[in-house]
Amino acid sequence: MAVTLTERAAVHVQKFIAKRGHGVGLRLGVRTTGCSGLAYVLEYADDLKPEDLEFESHGTKVIIDPKSLAFIDGTELDFVREGLNEGFQFNNPNVKNECGCGESFNV
Amino acid sequence: MALLQIFEPGQSTVPHQHRRAIGIDLGTTHSLVATVRNSIATVLPDEHGRVLLPSVVRYGAEGVKSVGVEAAARQAEDPRNTLASFKRFMGRGLADVTRTHQGDLPYEFADAPGMVQIRTVAGVKSPVEVSAEVLRVLRQRAEASLGGELTGAVITVPAYFDDAQRQATKDAAQLAGLNVLRLLNEPTAAAIAYGLDNAAEGVYAVYDLGGGTFDISILRLTKGVFEVLATGGDSALGGDDFDRRIACWAIEAGQLPPLGPRDLRALQVEAREVKEALSSRDRARFHVRLQSGEPVDLTLDTATLESLGANLVAKTLKPCRQALRDAGVDITDIQGVVLVGGSTRMPMVRAAVAEFFGQAPLTNLDPDQVVALGAARQAHLLAGNRSGDDWLLLDVIPLSLGIETMGGLVEKIVPRNATLPIARAQEFTTFKDGQTAMRVHVLQGERERVEDCRSLAHFELRGIPPLPAGAARIKVTFEVDADGLLAVTAREESTGVSAQVAVKPSYGLADDDIARMLRDAFDHARDDLDARALAEAQVDADRLVDAVRAALAADGESLLSDAERSAIEARIVALVAARAGSDRSAIREATDALSTATDEFAARRMDASIRSALAGRSIESI
Repeated sequence: MAVTLTERAAVHVQKFIAKRGHGVGLRLGVRTTGCSGLAYVLEYADDLKPEDLEFESHGTKVIIDPKSLAFIDGTELDFVREGLNEGFQFNNPNVKNECGCGESFNV
Repeated sequence: MALLQIFEPGQSTVPHQHRRAIGIDLGTTHSLVATVRNSIATVLPDEHGRVLLPSVVRYGAEGVKSVGVEAAARQAEDPRNTLASFKRFMGRGLADVTRTHQGDLPYEFADAPGMVQIRTVAGVKSPVEVSAEVLRVLRQRAEASLGGELTGAVITVPAYFDDAQRQATKDAAQLAGLNVLRLLNEPTAAAIAYGLDNAAEGVYAVYDLGGGTFDISILRLTKGVFEVLATGGDSALGGDDFDRRIACWAIEAGQLPPLGPRDLRALQVEAREVKEALSSRDRARFHVRLQSGEPVDLTLDTATLESLGANLVAKTLKPCRQALRDAGVDITDIQGVVLVGGSTRMPMVRAAVAEFFGQAPLTNLDPDQVVALGAARQAHLLAGNRSGDDWLLLDVIPLSLGIETMGGLVEKIVPRNATLPIARAQEFTTFKDGQTAMRVHVLQGERERVEDCRSLAHFELRGIPPLPAGAARIKVTFEVDADGLLAVTAREESTGVSAQVAVKPSYGLADDDIARMLRDAFDHARDDLDARALAEAQVDADRLVDAVRAALAADGESLLSDAERSAIEARIVALVAARAGSDRSAIREATDALSTATDEFAARRMDASIRSALAGRSIESI
């Protein structure tokens, strides 16, 4: 069971945390919402809850609650650029359907 | 496929609900756009990685040829059709522009009602249209960077922009297809960028020396709440002036012949580069090839630059003192000085600021970006993207607003440095018996007399019921919204008759050098008070003469002997004579004399009117 960051994603996360000034890592998760049922959560993590799981990828700490992990296990988070636009992309092997925008999905 | 951003803990938005909002610093020299991405305010570069977009628009016969870097590079080639520094013309009339820039601009101006226009090969362009071209480029850049349509934008303006200039900025944004969430004063935006990023508290000064404007603001930051205590500045002073000084120096030092617009522009472009180079070096080469083919090859060192710019730097310090006084804070209360604007990179400016405030200024954010970053934060919040920092923002109006009263005096209704938004009402009355209309003249400025203030608008309230002088009650309400835009309403209260009047901000009227207006107000404080007292004495005299004449016409025959009557008439003649002069105490004395001389007459009139009211009625019926 694991979730990883690409090296590019890890570098950017560290850069953003440094600019933000504080934060222990990146929290990934899912919640039930959106046009296809589930939506990704991508947030800065300031503290850990007792049940949280921790992964480390290219020196960056990734924090996930156990309920979410079932839906995103095996995911690789990438940082991509499309022209001027840039941002994170979930490459999630559990996804069956995805809405066109990629912001929500179901498994 | 949407690209995701990192949110603050617990603030992830529902899919498709994240609102794209941007902050734009629409500057004299260059403009830039910023947004909050991954919960961090960040500037958005173009496809070449350039953040600053030169505020330069080049027109060709078929329309806009280029905007930004390419247009700026062609300035020397085609100065008449390559428009730069047009922010200075926003909301200004031709007379203003030519007065401030005595022929040192290569443009062909056309007079137009309200705002000056510029003749180009593509036709006559208003500064609003030209600004819109810059905003359009930034909008497109933001849409490409954020992957979709924008919810809205916060656009910054100098604190000293008046209503006409603010409206012109809003118009330009609309023309560029932007939804303006609000306009924000540049120094306030800088404080947002610094205050929130660094969690600083205390009283701060924001010293903003941009390409074309200078602003000083005194702000108080407490627990994330911003209050602007005072603002001041000079709307026609900036880095361009240093460039012009250097260009003049080159003409003298190089003993150049009279030059055409292309050569002048080339000198100014080179002057800017040399000035920027001297921020990190001691000497720089000034090299230009004139149209004639003759080369200009000079060397400028920092000592010479400092002597060229010394009085420009000194000019910024007077408004600083003024703002401190207005804010009621001592220089030692200032806990930090924020530098904004590319011109604050000049070591001579930093040194002067450090010496004046007795401390080294803050420079940890890029002075070119700090305003846009603050605007982006504000836009992020206004667009409805919740953030952990809940802060309130208070702006102030830069110049008092008021209306003209009898005697050519200005009655201030909204005082300078009042926090926005604000609504203030004041009651006025009629001056003459049976007066049914009232002219409302809206003015802006600190001086006591109408001719010394800036005229913003005129309108008439009609339909006042005919009443004796002083009986009608007319309520004049001034409302200034969060963007500093003004609406004035006049309403006759005693009868409920109301006339709805909207004042449209009028573009660029004469007499608008705001910094000068403030300076004058201080230099002329004594004269103004004297003038005000004189005008008030004259108004009192007129009112009394009118009242006595009306009374004489009505009851003079029946209640006064010939001797009494001529005594009063003699006093009227004396007062009218004194009124024509400018000796305030003589007018007061003559007024008092007439007033005393008519005491007996007034008492008799009172008795007569009571007698006639009671005549024929028994004591029981009263």
